[in-house]
Amino acid sequence: MILHVDNPVVEVHDLTVSYDRKPVLWGVDLTLPAGSLVGVIGPNGAGKSTLIKAIMDLLPASSGYVRIFDEPIKQVRNRISYVPQRESVDWDFPASVFDVVLMGRYGNLGLFNRPRKADKDAAMQALEKVGMQSFANRQISQLSGGQQQRVFLARALAQNADIYFMDEPFAGVDIATETAIIELLRTMRAQGKTVIVVHHDLQSAGEYFDWTVLLNMRLVASGPTEQVLTQELLEQTYGGKLTVLSKVGDLLRKQEFPTRERKS
Amino acid sequence: MKEFLEFFSFADANIRYVTIGSVLLASSSAVVGCFTLLRKRALVGDAVAHSVLPGVCLAFIVSGTKNPLILLFGAFVTGWLSLILIDYITSRSRIKEDTAIGLVLSVFFGIGILLLTSIQHSGNAAQSGLDKFLFGKAASLVGEDLIVFGAVAVLLLITTILFYKELKLLCFDVTFAKSIGFPVRSLELLLTTLTVFAVVVGIQAVGVVLMAAMLITPAAAARFWTERLGVMLALAAVIGAFSGISGAFVSYTAPAMPTGPWIVLIVSMVAILSFAFAPKRGWVARMLRRRHNKIQILEENLLKLFYQLGEQHEDYFSNRTLDNILTRRNIPKTQALNGLSKLKRQGYIQRHPDGWALTREGEIRGKRVVRLHRLWELYLTQYLQLASDHVHEDAETIEHIITPELEQKLMEELNYPALDPHHTKIP
Amino acid sequence: MVGDAISHAVLPGIVIAFLFTGSRDSIPMIIGAGLLGVLTTFLIEFFHRYARVQADASIGITFTWLFAIGIILISVFAGQVDLDQDCVLYGEIAYVPLDLWLTENGLSFGPQTIWTLGFVTILIIAFITFGYKELFLTAFDPGYAAVIGISTTLWYYLLMTAVSLTTVASFESVGAILVVAFLVGPPATAYLLTDNFKTMLVLSVIIGIIASIVGYYLAYWLDGSIAGAIATVTGLQFALAFLFSPTHGQLFKRKRTIAV
Repeated sequence: MILHVDNPVVEVHDLTVSYDRKPVLWGVDLTLPAGSLVGVIGPNGAGKSTLIKAIMDLLPASSGYVRIFDEPIKQVRNRISYVPQRESVDWDFPASVFDVVLMGRYGNLGLFNRPRKADKDAAMQALEKVGMQSFANRQISQLSGGQQQRVFLARALAQNADIYFMDEPFAGVDIATETAIIELLRTMRAQGKTVIVVHHDLQSAGEYFDWTVLLNMRLVASGPTEQVLTQELLEQTYGGKLTVLSKVGDLLRKQEFPTRERKS
Repeated sequence: MKEFLEFFSFADANIRYVTIGSVLLASSSAVVGCFTLLRKRALVGDAVAHSVLPGVCLAFIVSGTKNPLILLFGAFVTGWLSLILIDYITSRSRIKEDTAIGLVLSVFFGIGILLLTSIQHSGNAAQSGLDKFLFGKAASLVGEDLIVFGAVAVLLLITTILFYKELKLLCFDVTFAKSIGFPVRSLELLLTTLTVFAVVVGIQAVGVVLMAAMLITPAAAARFWTERLGVMLALAAVIGAFSGISGAFVSYTAPAMPTGPWIVLIVSMVAILSFAFAPKRGWVARMLRRRHNKIQILEENLLKLFYQLGEQHEDYFSNRTLDNILTRRNIPKTQALNGLSKLKRQGYIQRHPDGWALTREGEIRGKRVVRLHRLWELYLTQYLQLASDHVHEDAETIEHIITPELEQKLMEELNYPALDPHHTKIP
Repeated sequence: MVGDAISHAVLPGIVIAFLFTGSRDSIPMIIGAGLLGVLTTFLIEFFHRYARVQADASIGITFTWLFAIGIILISVFAGQVDLDQDCVLYGEIAYVPLDLWLTENGLSFGPQTIWTLGFVTILIIAFITFGYKELFLTAFDPGYAAVIGISTTLWYYLLMTAVSLTTVASFESVGAILVVAFLVGPPATAYLLTDNFKTMLVLSVIIGIIASIVGYYLAYWLDGSIAGAIATVTGLQFALAFLFSPTHGQLFKRKRTIAV
């Protein structure tokens, strides 16, 4: 059940991603519709984060290509935003909430330019949207998990991009934050933005997303949520590993085989 | 050459002592270094080495003598203290481990230098020679010093052998060690103590800055040659000993040369050569493996082409010309000819006046490649839901790598299929 | 730790530059050391990535190896090189005023080292002012930086070049190892005192200045190495901050838990 759409915002063609030559994602073919809330769902180690990182060109692909807004990623960097996993940074870093949100404006500023008044306003507005304006001067080390997540979200909002990739934004946050975030994501969708969210909770997935991608080392399904979250497809996603697949992956690494033959 | 013979006849008692001394120092620190390396705490040795200096100076100030035992004790105390401080700072504040190491290392060293220069300027005649801790002087290891340090080195080696099993588990899996009731805390303490001792002793040979190399470098080099800890320890000891001897030799032939840096230079060269040339893990071996893979891919591709040509008319053993073979696939002609002559030598094909033909063995191998290709395509479409027009590329690689066991497993999982996703027969 | 490694590994660069020019001119030395600094960073990466040596070991091997080469070069050319082993290790800041910069007609511009250090200081301040936001972002969240198109690798190498520059400039005065105390000590102390990045920058400068002044008098009193004394004071400062910092100090932490 892999549905393709016309005029996709994200088009992934035959994407294979390897760590140390061992493929962790095999041959993903994927198109995502514009203006939707997309959930990427699968068990631990299924390659969810790997998929969005490879789409954003943070990880090299061993085969295939990605197009966003029908352009190579390098052309559209300023239209893309990313909310990394909360644990990926050091929250003891000496910075204030406002400093972090202001980072969202750096991409558009270019080299050597300092943030202007307009950038600061934008950052402040983004903080208001996540309900954190009163924390602007707070040190990030003093925030709770949910607040940290909101700060990250505000940074992405300040960037005012067209497509957002979020890695587990609901992991380890309180209920209030979770509701606030999903409200915000819905508003963003209403404004025509596309939001792609890595998510691990099946219960809430059906309610949150209008398009769902099921992943487990390969693409199992991609389509409107109500058609994708079926017993059968979920069993395929969560039911056991493909032993042959991971064995072949191990062989590729050990033998130092190229994942793809060079065209000679 | 004359010097070489002179040196290695060990006729001179002095040479004998110096050599034995450096060998013991270098190999005992190499053995302990293996464990610190595997514990991923390679740089800790560096910190201890620098922190030893204030201890030596303080011991001298307090006692007023250069008795090696007393100096050793002083060195041991501050070396130990530095490790405890590093752990304390990292666990109690938000300072990260590498910052803590850098800080403790340089501050202790600063204190040491302050004390050392202060002693030197005080005009105390007994002080001369304290600064050999800075750069080490393997060549001046004689008499009492040698006996003390030699004894410590031997003690280190024996302790390591006695606690081999426990230390091994500690390095491999701490949580498991804890769960089966190993005294992990005491073992860590033991390893720390061993490290400090190794450093205190090794500094005699190479000095403060380069001590880290004596711990890490032989261990890192040995790691490239073996997958077994016992062998790794022995190898590291041998590499350490070798560089120790070389260092002693250098200081014999050129007394003006600093011994420590030469020992380190030699050990580093051994390590870099190991990174490059060790079998399996080495860089060259990996390049060779890749080359070998390329050749294998080429050969199997050619056999596959023969087989596919044969499939068209169910006639596998007829002659094919080069153009014939290359119609389906674009392989550069010289490359193809090379591959063909190799295949001929191996007996997979025969040369005929107007081309080549498969032998029985060639047909079997070609058939297997074609079968694996189609099996993998089928696997990808069935299990990974890939579109059938995307699976060919993947299968082009995987067909060369699947082992007979995996092939069997594939057959089972696919229920012994007859047709591939393009509805071609699986041979 | 990479800073530590670089400070040791620039030695051969300095010696080679020295041999080529035959003088203690600062410019070639800085170039030599800068190149070696970048080479060190690169070698560490190379051993780690391509030869698959574990990260900490690759740092240790690289810097000891290069340092050993440096020392050997010094001994081989001992006659021609006006550097000695002790100076390499702990420098001698007290000789700085003796090395005057004289123009051809005998005009004195004061100690040469002061000029070099001044120049490097200005360069570093400029680098931090102009690259502030990139440095800040790549240090905090490299993944995000890459997505919005700021090259993490480029800024990492630029930073390491800055580290090599500082190292070589301070080399004559304080030697290879004690540079580390100055690189790590004041920032670590400041880090325990504040949560604001800009305050931390300013604070570490102030802490560094205090350490130098106090260190000088300590050395004078004990008749010992000035650089060693400054490093000692740096350690003391850190210990004070570690115990008594109002926000992160050990003593206050304990009190706070008792109060709760």
